[in-house]
Amino acid sequence: MMNRNIVYFAVFFAMLVFVGMFQSWTVAFSIFNLCLISAIMALGVNIQWGYAGLFSVGTTGFVALGGVAAVVTSMPPVQEAWTTGGARLLTALVFAGATIVISVLLWKRMTKGRIRGFVVAATLIIGFFIFRYLFDPAVAEIESVNPAAEGYLGGLGLHIIFSWIVGGLFAAGAAWMIGKVALGLRSDYLAIATLGISEIIIAVIKNEDWLTRGVKNVNGIPRPVAYEVDLQQTADFVRAADWLGIDTVLASSLYVKFSYGILFLIVLGLIIWLSELSLNSPWGRMMRAIRDNEEAAAAMGKDVTKRHLQVFVIGSAVCGIAGAMLTSLDGLLTPASYQPLRFTFLIWVMVIVGGSGNNWGAVLGGFIIWFLWIEVEPLGLWIMEWVTSGLEDGSDLKDHLRDSAAHMRLVTMGAILLLVLRFNPKGLIPEK
Amino acid sequence: MDLLNALVVLANFVIIPGIAYGSTLALGALGITLIYGILRFSNFAHGDTMAFGGMFAVLGTWWLQSKGISIAPLPTALLVIPFAIVLMILFLLFCDRTIYRYYRKVKASPIIFVMASLGITFIMNGLVRFIIGPGERRFADGTRFLISARDFKAMTGLNEGLAIRLSQVITFVAAIIIVAALFWFLNKTRTGKSMRAFSDNEDLALLSGINPEKVVTIVWVLVAILATVSGTLYGLDKTYKPFTYFMLLLPMFAAAIVGGLGNPVGAIAGGFVIAFSEIFVTYAFKKFFGYILPEDMLPSGIIQIISTDYKFAVSFTILVLVLLFRPTGIFKGQSI
Amino acid sequence: MSFLIGKNMTGGYGGANIINNCTISVDLGQIAVIVGPNGAGKSTAMKAIFGMLDLRGGSVSIDGRDITGLSPQDRVATGMAFVPQTQNIFVSLTVEENLEMGAFLRMDDIRSTLDQVYELFPILADKRKQRAGELSGGQRQQVAVGRALMTKPKVLMLDEPTAGVSPIVMDELFSRIIEISKQGISILMVEQNARQALAIADVGFVLVQGENRYTDSGKALLQNPDVRQSFLGG
Repeated sequence: MMNRNIVYFAVFFAMLVFVGMFQSWTVAFSIFNLCLISAIMALGVNIQWGYAGLFSVGTTGFVALGGVAAVVTSMPPVQEAWTTGGARLLTALVFAGATIVISVLLWKRMTKGRIRGFVVAATLIIGFFIFRYLFDPAVAEIESVNPAAEGYLGGLGLHIIFSWIVGGLFAAGAAWMIGKVALGLRSDYLAIATLGISEIIIAVIKNEDWLTRGVKNVNGIPRPVAYEVDLQQTADFVRAADWLGIDTVLASSLYVKFSYGILFLIVLGLIIWLSELSLNSPWGRMMRAIRDNEEAAAAMGKDVTKRHLQVFVIGSAVCGIAGAMLTSLDGLLTPASYQPLRFTFLIWVMVIVGGSGNNWGAVLGGFIIWFLWIEVEPLGLWIMEWVTSGLEDGSDLKDHLRDSAAHMRLVTMGAILLLVLRFNPKGLIPEK
Repeated sequence: MDLLNALVVLANFVIIPGIAYGSTLALGALGITLIYGILRFSNFAHGDTMAFGGMFAVLGTWWLQSKGISIAPLPTALLVIPFAIVLMILFLLFCDRTIYRYYRKVKASPIIFVMASLGITFIMNGLVRFIIGPGERRFADGTRFLISARDFKAMTGLNEGLAIRLSQVITFVAAIIIVAALFWFLNKTRTGKSMRAFSDNEDLALLSGINPEKVVTIVWVLVAILATVSGTLYGLDKTYKPFTYFMLLLPMFAAAIVGGLGNPVGAIAGGFVIAFSEIFVTYAFKKFFGYILPEDMLPSGIIQIISTDYKFAVSFTILVLVLLFRPTGIFKGQSI
Repeated sequence: MSFLIGKNMTGGYGGANIINNCTISVDLGQIAVIVGPNGAGKSTAMKAIFGMLDLRGGSVSIDGRDITGLSPQDRVATGMAFVPQTQNIFVSLTVEENLEMGAFLRMDDIRSTLDQVYELFPILADKRKQRAGELSGGQRQQVAVGRALMTKPKVLMLDEPTAGVSPIVMDELFSRIIEISKQGISILMVEQNARQALAIADVGFVLVQGENRYTDSGKALLQNPDVRQSFLGG
């Protein structure tokens, strides 16, 4: 059993080496870094699905929150924005939070009936309008500060690695709120609710320019590793590259990617270690007992919903951490890149293919499916070139077929998901 | 106080778009609720099913247009819809036979069906983009306006114009016809009653001799009709763009859940509730209030409760409220 | 010769056998009742006759014809009708639609059968357009029985028809059952209320642990001292 798993991983690394040799090493390293991040996201989803049988379709939103954390933690603050609108904005947000908390408290404390509904609705509506009164002008001021390059509040200016933790916290918070509402209902409802919250999070990121510049994107997010240009100008580095016989530019690029890789491996290793610990702990066994027979567990007095909430929050937090890592790697926050197909659904394919319920399976799935996702395009293009070589250049059909190689990725992924779901539902590395 | 102009503004920007959008959501929610009630799973592929049916219609319309065939003032697409429906029926039945049927046989849990529907979403999404491309596609022709804003102003002498697009009227009329036909089918025919029985109590239905595979086939036929019509008409009214259909999934599901999953009447009511809520909450009422309040009482700003970017936050909020307070929906669909 | 007989039936749902060498039979126009303590396999025996579980031994035949291999739906076509204990009506359909669904497999005109059922259960006639889910427990049972009668069966099988109903409703139901049997339809019934059931039974089968313990006329069983002591409270 162990041997077969090692073989799977070995095959994957062999394919990676293949890409390095026949395409380029930079590509291979890039793919591997994203494989690592994908593996972490798959782990997060697997925690929700494998431990508790929760079907969440909101991964994209939690990953996006991680990206927001990266900006909000590590970008330098925009002083002028803070002085003009910052205080008022914060007041508005605190006020909004207070309104919600008061409404919830009123709902819980007051006796059931028409009056309670009326009072709570009134609180919310009045609170909403006061919030807008505070909020709108503050936003206008902030966004008018140097809109070309800034137009937002900026961040706390801390080291980027802190943002990875903050990303987890943001995601955990959002997950807690949505979990409170949607857990304890039928599984499809959780799916729909998480889809909704994910779309809302992304809409907020796209539209609230004061937070992360919206669709204008945030560039120049600080890095945890060296910059290529700096390396190329460091004498020691240049000498080492010469000694190895590698071109300096290529060497700097590889070195940077390699550094990221090490960092990501550490995080992945940590998360796997913690996941395996928890899986085999009494808590983990209880979780799986609940998953396998919810009614019996509830009859034995286990608070099923509370356990589900714990798992949901933890899994989402892991996705948030991965999201922050991803944004650190990219160095920029691009809200438009957060598409459900690219994240949520792709990660589900990873979990199903790799083996749901098994952490190593999720990691393997993350590696393999990301690899395929990237490599299917050049492969498809190559096939299309071959297929269309008989057609004359410049013909509509030929252009169309070649452009469409990207879309075939979606079809391929869908087909893989369906095939695995049907013929190998336990995945490559099944649950023990 | 200029009540007439105020009403025209409201009609033009809220009521008429609400009716058209509500019709689309109602038809979509009906498809979702039928699948939930009878096949007992949430079909995440429904948005892309509409895109797929719409795609067939767009291609067919282009072909007819290239041959110079037209039924002006009506859009040519209407001629193509029946053929698109037939193609969708074949496609959906193919999906059912190759994918879903196996899981029915082994009595897989509903989540597996949902995951399979995700896989089908991927495939349909990719195929649509592959065949027709991801960009906007125009295929509307025929008269655009039943009444244009200018004609209206000329006729009534009012300041504000009321524009009614032919596509909006078609959407609404189609919705009425289809809903009426569906209800006649479900309530007055033996087959339709047997489908309601199957949805109500599957074991007893089997005991009564109702053929489950026949019920399943009919459901997919109905879904093909609903999805193709709503998908085509939505593309006719706005423009055909594959991405937008996936975005409709959340409001459609919200509509179905609000109305009570599994309850056709609920789906329709839910569709209009969600549509009008979305439009109402994101509409900038400044113009409207301009005709009602005196100049100096008018607040600054465009008087918009939430920006249009957040319009599906509205459906989501309604969904959350329903889940919190009345999960079985307005009309008590199948319980969770 | 018995009209419907399940002979030497052995079988269960999973690994273990619930009924062992069990024989249940009913003649034309008879009322046969299966009684016994909890877990005796009464419902299982009847479900076996209806084909809802695989028999590992024994056979079932109706009117001389072996039907052991037939599915429940196919057995309906041979003249059997089954009323489950729970979930035995379509709650979201009207009373009349429930009856129509009962006759789903019939291709001829069902109006006369519908009238017969309404005559037997006048309350259903009053409430024919009402949703079946809105009816009281006893009325629902009437819908369930009426639904089964719509196929014009030769044998009507009832799984604990009076479970959870009040004594008045139970009497009402039993008198209806007698009415049905007077029309020539055989009745095979599993009952928990052994005393009342045996009082109207032509033949009673007492099952204990999946086996026949006593088989006799209802009256005789009521007077049998062992039976009285074990199941009827003396």
